[in-house]
Amino acid sequence: MNIQIRPILVALRRHKAGTLLIALQIALTLAIVCNALFIIHQRLTNLSEVSGVDESSVFVIRNQWAADWPTPQVDAQVKADLLALRQLPAVRDATPVSGGYPLSGGGWDNFVTLTPDQPKPVTDSAVYTGDEHYIDTLGLRLIAGRNFRPDEVMVMGTQQSITPAAAIVSKALADKLFPDGNALGKSFYAMSPTPSTIIGIVDPLHRQGVDQYSNGYAGQALIWPLRADDSRGIFYMVRAKPGQLAAAMREAPQALYAQSRMRIIDPKDGIQDYATIRRKVFDSDRGMAILMGIICVVLLAITAAGIVGLTSFWVGQRRKQIGVRRALGARQRDILTYFLTENFLISAAGVALGTVLAIAFNLWTVTRFAMSPMSMAYVGVGVLVLILLGQGAVLAPALRASRVSPVEATRSV
Amino acid sequence: MGEGPTGEMHSVFGYYFDLALRSLRRNNALTALMVLAIALGIGASMTTLTVLHVLSGDPLPGRSGSLYYPQLDPRDGHGYVPGKVEPMDQLTWIDGMNLLQAKRADRQALMTGGDVAVQPDNSTLDPFYEDTRFTTTGFFPMFGVLFEYGHAWGDAEDEAHARVAVISSRFNDKVFGGGDSTGKTLRLDGAAFRIVGVTGDWHPNPNFYDLNRKSYNEDEGVFIPLSTSQDLSMAHDGSVNCWGNGGAGQAPDHDSPCAWMQLWVQLDSPAEVAAYKEFLVHYSEQQRALGRFQRSPNVRLRSVMQWLDYQQVVPDDVRLQTGLAFGFLLVCLVNTVGLMLAKFLRRAGELGVRRALGASRRALFAQLLVESGVVGLIGGVGGLLLALVGLWLVRRQPAEYAPLAHLDPLMLLATFLLALGASLLAGLLPAWRACQVTPALQLKSN
Repeated sequence: MNIQIRPILVALRRHKAGTLLIALQIALTLAIVCNALFIIHQRLTNLSEVSGVDESSVFVIRNQWAADWPTPQVDAQVKADLLALRQLPAVRDATPVSGGYPLSGGGWDNFVTLTPDQPKPVTDSAVYTGDEHYIDTLGLRLIAGRNFRPDEVMVMGTQQSITPAAAIVSKALADKLFPDGNALGKSFYAMSPTPSTIIGIVDPLHRQGVDQYSNGYAGQALIWPLRADDSRGIFYMVRAKPGQLAAAMREAPQALYAQSRMRIIDPKDGIQDYATIRRKVFDSDRGMAILMGIICVVLLAITAAGIVGLTSFWVGQRRKQIGVRRALGARQRDILTYFLTENFLISAAGVALGTVLAIAFNLWTVTRFAMSPMSMAYVGVGVLVLILLGQGAVLAPALRASRVSPVEATRSV
Repeated sequence: MGEGPTGEMHSVFGYYFDLALRSLRRNNALTALMVLAIALGIGASMTTLTVLHVLSGDPLPGRSGSLYYPQLDPRDGHGYVPGKVEPMDQLTWIDGMNLLQAKRADRQALMTGGDVAVQPDNSTLDPFYEDTRFTTTGFFPMFGVLFEYGHAWGDAEDEAHARVAVISSRFNDKVFGGGDSTGKTLRLDGAAFRIVGVTGDWHPNPNFYDLNRKSYNEDEGVFIPLSTSQDLSMAHDGSVNCWGNGGAGQAPDHDSPCAWMQLWVQLDSPAEVAAYKEFLVHYSEQQRALGRFQRSPNVRLRSVMQWLDYQQVVPDDVRLQTGLAFGFLLVCLVNTVGLMLAKFLRRAGELGVRRALGASRRALFAQLLVESGVVGLIGGVGGLLLALVGLWLVRRQPAEYAPLAHLDPLMLLATFLLALGASLLAGLLPAWRACQVTPALQLKSN
């Protein structure tokens, strides 16, 4: 390849303003596009986070009590409800929950320490409550230890705070508390003077939230054997038999109302399957990814159009010179190569500046929004995309230039 | 000519305007591209800027300046580094009551959120839960709550733990079908309450006084005395921050080391603010002497806007989007500068003729700026339409602030100023470059 770079540089010096503008536009586009790609990838990764729940057959019922019952009466009703739910033909299992459930958004979390008066907590754990049916209902994978026994499940009334002696924890929490890997049988304190002993370990188990705070303690959760008989209401998690989710979601509220009518199950969002729960909790992530995608596409289109516009103008301006070069023996290919090379040089300068801007922008988001630093791979992809975009955009005007006839040299316009 | 300077200016401007339109029509594709670029840039940045503007607005204009939120630090000594640790975001029941009863401010109200079962007499309506505010009477005059019917309850009702309620007009419409419902009975958690007032159009956004439930578009339907809510042990709804081993429960009681109350005070002068802050320090020292507090006095007294800022109530995503949108606008501008440069330079011949016929550089410059201004105006209109579409899309999002995303007159004006300013800025360099033409050279080459 014999590309004459020097004459191109000399020519560019005569179009300083235009050259600088294209380079600047490419630089800014690169800075925004690779940061947007980074955000898109991050958010899409969030969307596919594993909850640990058998999402295709589990649903959640938000059941509020319409009467102000004392705890024993609430407990009796909850037990009767659970019995009724578990007997439904389409239902495999059911459990009472409070404090939220995986991907529910907000919920209960406690600091965890290894001694009762440790000043600085080791970590923060999501707190889930349920009975001996919890693991089977959610479809969690028990990787060590055992499930709760029915006699371990305690009643937690309204405004009561109870710390059970047994807990099942997620592997992430077990590893965080006991990095040596022998967490089973060990004890921890979760904001209470009495300890809880780890009797089982499940993996994985997502926290309620998907926000930045929760992500700092990703996957760290504990389950306490509690039936939360709050006088306000309770959540039931129900697991349908395979393929019978719709039937189970239809049967469940009927069965509950047959038990007692003194309850409120919101007809709008009182019963939600996990597809809905997952969609809702990641709504903002999905929205952000789509928005960033649109910004990228529009930005690239505008930059391409700008390059086409400016290069077309240059070609128009230089028809006579091109004609002279053709008359002096330059082939069509040489003219084409000239404009492609010219664009490549401008793009190269643009992406060099753009890389600096991209990193600066990322540093701004890191300090301002506590985002993680961007891997250079995104910059690499962005550089490639913009170089290709530039070459693609310049192709049409360059082809037009290459078809300028040598006769043009003799014309005066 | 008999025309005055203004008339002349006007006619010259009209001439330039005419020239601009002719020139723009000559290059349809290029003009369309410039207008589109400006419109997209303006549309994107105005959409995000409007959302940011709405979200970071003053919830109670005119009043918020004299409202303050006292914060204390009743936690144990663990992990306390004086000067490095922020006090708690809410107050404990005991501290809240102590500060309320001290009555050191012009007005004060102690409050918290609740969730109460409503049993309508109207049999067509099923029982439902309603977001409720448990508060003392100071809430209404201090926050300037407007009343459609009736009025707030008074100190006497607070002290008597009276079963009285103020309802919102939305709640009034839902349960009683609107109208003057004062004097009617409302069943909450099984107890009968007498309605004393129906609020009017009063919707502070953000919901500054309690950010624990929803920061925006919170719509509490029922307000009842704090004392009464505690008598009936009505359910608290909001965040509970406990420390030490003081119970890990989600439901607070009056003695546990948990903070779940909000106190707001009205202080009308800087002297009063200073005095109140001193009072908080003094109170903390007193509590420490009594053995209740273990930390040295760690207090804050933030105004409404300081509190919203401290709580970072505007979502990070919204700020990030605004930053990106302005980056986007910048690219669109650079793009327009480039295209405008190509367009103006292509007309070097025409400009050379005008120069040769006696037009000054300034006149040419003005003519070209008018042309870029026209591009800006058309782009601005396009950008406005795109911003309206963008805001409509934002309103369809599930975010809690979504329904608030409307363009206000200030933002409308800002859109046009931004569009005009941006396109004039984009026209400056190309116009200047184009005016550098040497008339003779251009004429010769033609």
